[in-house]
Amino acid sequence: MTPSPSLTSIFKIEQPSEADRGSPRATRRGFLKIAGSGLILGLAAPMLAAEGGVAHAAPGTAAGGLAADPFVRIAPDNTVTVIIKHLDKGQGAATGLATLVAEELDAGWAQIRTEFAPSDPIKYKNFGFGIQGVGGSTGLSNSYEQYRRAGATAKAMIVAAAAKEWGVAAAEISVSGGVVSTKSGKSATLGALAEAAAKQAVPSDITLKTADRFVYIGKTFPRVDSPAKSDGSAKFTFDLQMEGMLVGVIARPPMFGATVASYDASAAEKSPGVVAVLKVPQGVAVLAKDTWSAIKGRDALKVLWDESKAEKRGSAELVAQYRALLDKPGAVARKDGDAEAALAKAAKVLSADFEFPYLAHAPMEPLDCVVRTDGSTADVWTGSQLQTVDHGAACAVLGLKPEAVKLHTVWAGGSFGRRAIADAHFVAEACAVAKAYGKPVPIKIVWTREDDIKGGYYRPIYVHRVRAGLDKDGAVVAWHHRIVGQSILAGTPFESVMVKDGVDVTSVEGANSLPYAIPNLTVDLHTVKTGVPVLWWRSVGATHTAHATEHMMDMLAKETGRDPVAFRLALLAKHPRHAAVLRLAAEKAGWGGPVPAGIARGVAVHESFKSFVAQVADVALKPDGSFKVVRVVSAIDCGIAVNPDVVHAQMEGSIAFGLGAALRGAITLKDGKVEQSNFDGYEPLRMSDMPKVESYIVPSAEAPTGVGEPGTPLVLPAVANALFSATGQRTLMLPMTKQTYKNA
Amino acid sequence: MAISITINGQARKIDAAPGTPLLWAIRDELKLTGTKFGCGAALCGACSVHLDGEVVRSCQIQVQDAEGRSVTTIEGANDKIALAVKAAWVKLDVAQCGYCQPGQIMSAIGLLSQIAKPTDDDIDKAMDGNVCRCGTYQRIRAAIHEAAKAV
Repeated sequence: MTPSPSLTSIFKIEQPSEADRGSPRATRRGFLKIAGSGLILGLAAPMLAAEGGVAHAAPGTAAGGLAADPFVRIAPDNTVTVIIKHLDKGQGAATGLATLVAEELDAGWAQIRTEFAPSDPIKYKNFGFGIQGVGGSTGLSNSYEQYRRAGATAKAMIVAAAAKEWGVAAAEISVSGGVVSTKSGKSATLGALAEAAAKQAVPSDITLKTADRFVYIGKTFPRVDSPAKSDGSAKFTFDLQMEGMLVGVIARPPMFGATVASYDASAAEKSPGVVAVLKVPQGVAVLAKDTWSAIKGRDALKVLWDESKAEKRGSAELVAQYRALLDKPGAVARKDGDAEAALAKAAKVLSADFEFPYLAHAPMEPLDCVVRTDGSTADVWTGSQLQTVDHGAACAVLGLKPEAVKLHTVWAGGSFGRRAIADAHFVAEACAVAKAYGKPVPIKIVWTREDDIKGGYYRPIYVHRVRAGLDKDGAVVAWHHRIVGQSILAGTPFESVMVKDGVDVTSVEGANSLPYAIPNLTVDLHTVKTGVPVLWWRSVGATHTAHATEHMMDMLAKETGRDPVAFRLALLAKHPRHAAVLRLAAEKAGWGGPVPAGIARGVAVHESFKSFVAQVADVALKPDGSFKVVRVVSAIDCGIAVNPDVVHAQMEGSIAFGLGAALRGAITLKDGKVEQSNFDGYEPLRMSDMPKVESYIVPSAEAPTGVGEPGTPLVLPAVANALFSATGQRTLMLPMTKQTYKNA
Repeated sequence: MAISITINGQARKIDAAPGTPLLWAIRDELKLTGTKFGCGAALCGACSVHLDGEVVRSCQIQVQDAEGRSVTTIEGANDKIALAVKAAWVKLDVAQCGYCQPGQIMSAIGLLSQIAKPTDDDIDKAMDGNVCRCGTYQRIRAAIHEAAKAV
């Protein structure tokens, strides 16, 4: 997703005074120093990285230290704490941002700690969004300069302190691995110099390292969160335990748009451990002393639903209605030349209609949120992906000013977009329950897996028609791509910046940016409305546009008797980064060389979130039409790879995520009710399905671009293209289990 | 009526009512939150613990059926195999979000306790019940092989 900085106006954020205004360049006013009193001024960041979510001053920082910028804290105990402004939901934000600081500070990796930042839309904003939040694979890219400057600023002050203490010129001092020294034999740790550094002037001009001096950036160092995530100590929202805490689940409508007509709480209230049954806008909440009691209490709840305004259509009806629009012109998202005229004159036209189902995100940690309020202040804990939005929702529901509400970000057990929601519904409902209960106890609202699978906010259904025209020489002269789908941004505060002239950019991205040199190109869109809430799902528009475009490209290659890689390269003369990544993947996969017996090989290339990815899939095809993806070779151009192993991990993971959806992923509705309820109906990718992934990174000195999402959308078309080459069978209906791939 | 269960080598008295899944006694009563809730239906493996040395899905074990028996959770898994597995997980940076990993690790320990040098097929069979939505399967597999070498 690529919201613009004008989002700040949407959220009506009060502008801070000059004295408080943080900026990427550390200024005297923006700089916070720790006095000997032991308080960490302005940086009451809760110690959430490994602990129970209760804010307290860390021991060891009690007496002096350096808080350089809102991002770096150096304590006398020689720990360097990097304040992470973005949620880490597995994509490696904590490690990545810490790397940037470690690099410019010249800290030792072992002394690095991380904490999630408090909610502050100015200090901790995402420069791509204008508010605090992460998504669209922008976490590291928007922080690249800011966090490096933070590290460099702290280092400059450390060096100034050492220079003063040792009576030497700053130029004689070097810092390496957290040790400050001179050739003459002076030596001190960062921690030993921190208090003195806090007394130095904040430098106004900072020089960042040139790439040839990088120690950390571009190299592989251990993830900061691996130890806690490998011994059970890492805490997620679901794990938070507090004195007097109550746990609640909410009985939600079985159809989207249905509301509570009436309910009978008598059996629920008598259920063991149940403390209260409360009506909230989202449904009926059952609060209990523990999770199981809440779940059993909800089972005993009787709710009558008013379904008069509910969405009653099923997937089949929706798809049929969408398909009917494929024959009608839509809102134009791109128009080069005259595709209609060129298609009419073309020697041959290939046409393909595609159907993509609803997809659930289904992160391993279901949604959850803890709220504690006494009516005049509140604390909210959750894996907050859009802190400013979540904070605003909490304030709105609780009727409190922003400064009265503290939002604590906690490690999240996955998201894939699920936690980045304009209406912050899972925060709003927890606040609504806390407000309705009216007592200052911590209230944890959790979703069960059934709640999650049935709870909406899916990747929308899309239907596509791609028509491509060839002239008599086999050149692609026309391309018309029509998309029908629901707008993700309509009805959200993002609509005013991301929906232009009736075109929601998330519906067409990847289609309207087709890189191939085709002289007549039209992309148009029909936006439909349903009662089903929809949301961005890892790689968003690319999840459907990459398949439609890349599968059609293979159909054209086959029609004209050309190799799929060569066919694409010939049309990518003006797109060297697409071409380079395609060449790298092809080379590493042995494209054009011998293919093992029984293996079909397919390729796809796609740009999303400013990164370029190409993947080659090797698919073992059996005579009965079943298949297994045995290998995926992936190449990414993401600018400079700050943590190469994290990039590889994201490629492995996004391939798995995309493949699971490609093979079996579908949420279907019948008469308005979701037919799936758990991982049996919405079957995820499992160990035995996982192909061998070989991941390559294009060497680059460009500024870093996204890696969380760009690897996701390629595997579907790459696998489909492999099967097409071997069997002639196209993949038009998703998931792939809807089709058989018998040899032609 | 308290139920006696040995948890991570310690004799504990569980107050949870019969019928309560062991998962919730572990998490909410004993506050051992390393063992995770993922599905409540033995479809995802996030709740995996060892019951008398066998890998089980604690969401399907009722507390009274664990009476008098020995339960090991991720927090208490510290024999030679467990330490090798945990070390391999850290060395290979297996975890992304990390939510499924305690269950993965408990299943991996169970596998290596049965088969010292598992094949990829052995790994598929033993680990297919543990879902990872972040898709860390390739590294899980590599870490199991790594731990097998180290033990």
